[in-house]
Amino acid sequence: MGVGILVEGLNAWYGSTHTLQDINLPIPANHATALIGPSGCGKSTFVRCLNRMHETNPIARATGVVKMGDIDIYKDASPVEIRRRVGMVFQRPNPFPTMSIYDNVISGLKLNGFRNRRILDETVERSLKQAALWEEVKDDLKKKSGASLSGGQQQRMCIARALAVDPEVLLMDEPASALDPVSTSKIEDLIFQLKSQYTIVIVTHNMQQAARVAENTGFFLNGKMVEFDSTHKIFTNPKDKRTEDYITGRFG
Amino acid sequence: MRVKFHQSLDDLKEKLLVMAGMAEQAIQRSIEAYRTRDLTICELVFRAEPSINRLEREIDQMALDLLAMEQPMAIDLRFILSVIRINADLERVGDQAVNIAVRVREMGAFANTDLPVDIPKLASLSSAMVRKSLQAFIEGDAEMAESVLQMDDQVDEMNDAAFYALSSLIKEKPELTPQSLNALIIARNLERVGDHATNIAEDVIFWVRGADVRHNASAV
Repeated sequence: MGVGILVEGLNAWYGSTHTLQDINLPIPANHATALIGPSGCGKSTFVRCLNRMHETNPIARATGVVKMGDIDIYKDASPVEIRRRVGMVFQRPNPFPTMSIYDNVISGLKLNGFRNRRILDETVERSLKQAALWEEVKDDLKKKSGASLSGGQQQRMCIARALAVDPEVLLMDEPASALDPVSTSKIEDLIFQLKSQYTIVIVTHNMQQAARVAENTGFFLNGKMVEFDSTHKIFTNPKDKRTEDYITGRFG
Repeated sequence: MRVKFHQSLDDLKEKLLVMAGMAEQAIQRSIEAYRTRDLTICELVFRAEPSINRLEREIDQMALDLLAMEQPMAIDLRFILSVIRINADLERVGDQAVNIAVRVREMGAFANTDLPVDIPKLASLSSAMVRKSLQAFIEGDAEMAESVLQMDDQVDEMNDAAFYALSSLIKEKPELTPQSLNALIIARNLERVGDHATNIAEDVIFWVRGADVRHNASAV
């Protein structure tokens, strides 16, 4: 099951650039939460702070509290542990090109030391079914490389890879922006199904996509969280003029 | 900035105002026909109706295109939804004008009689409601729209009074039944015009504030 995340007073920097300023945000468990905002507003930095990927950049740092359930991810757990509990899917599918579909899906498990063949087989099937890819690849799991799949299939394989380690939270940074409408629709259907089991945070430039998949939406601007509310409220009657200007295209 | 989209919204508004002008003119003409019993004015009302209907379809199509092509959000989405609703109400105002003109033509077959109902006053009040609701739309003024809602009770009261007065007259002077029934229907038509103005005012409030106040609902 997913776990709720509570962000309190989160600040992040790249060198001297203050990219996130005092972010406070409750992300409810087993819901999809969308983050929208113009390029460079800090939304990708924000999600990278949720699995401690932000700190992998040597000039980056973050302060504040990110609670996942009862755990403060910056105090009570190691980055490796957090990244196992928080899966991430990126804008462009990033399969390991030399690995088969099977090995791509279980790569995280293998890194964590799992070797039991039966468990690995079951995990591959479960993850690929959850990612709505099983029927399309079940006969080629070890024959085809992950890179030989179509873009949409690769992205679903990457989602299966993220799910294979049994995370509680799934972060998706523009997961459908490089996909055609049919593949996009499959990813959105997937998000809709997965949120009953996982807490999902999705960064998107596509506001219709946010409206379709997320219960709650946050609007970022210049490193600040301008407004966070139910998606319905944000897209029909936002409180803040800046939110309205952005979503109606009156920005700039 | 979505310049083309916002220009299209302005075009939509302009087209709705053309529609509003035609619907208002139709009501004014039908009342003028009642006052003067001039059947040539009734003809003008009948002839204008197809243009109102055509404009209704054109506005709906423009709104539909914008919804499909531009995926509007927030105040823009509410604006287009309001335009679609107001468009339907204006078309119905045009229909009420035609209904009144039909009754006036019927009344022409009978001698002109003094009836215990002040149709011009009722018409003046319901027309004022339409005008004010449209002014609120033009200016995006929710407070002005709210004031229209207050006016509706007076129109309803006048319509009720007309009903009782004309019912009594029919009992007292059965020979005046045709004239009384026509006047009764005209009063009812004007009361409906007031209702359409109320709907338009509610749509303006929805557009501007995002609050659904229809059916006495409190703001969302």
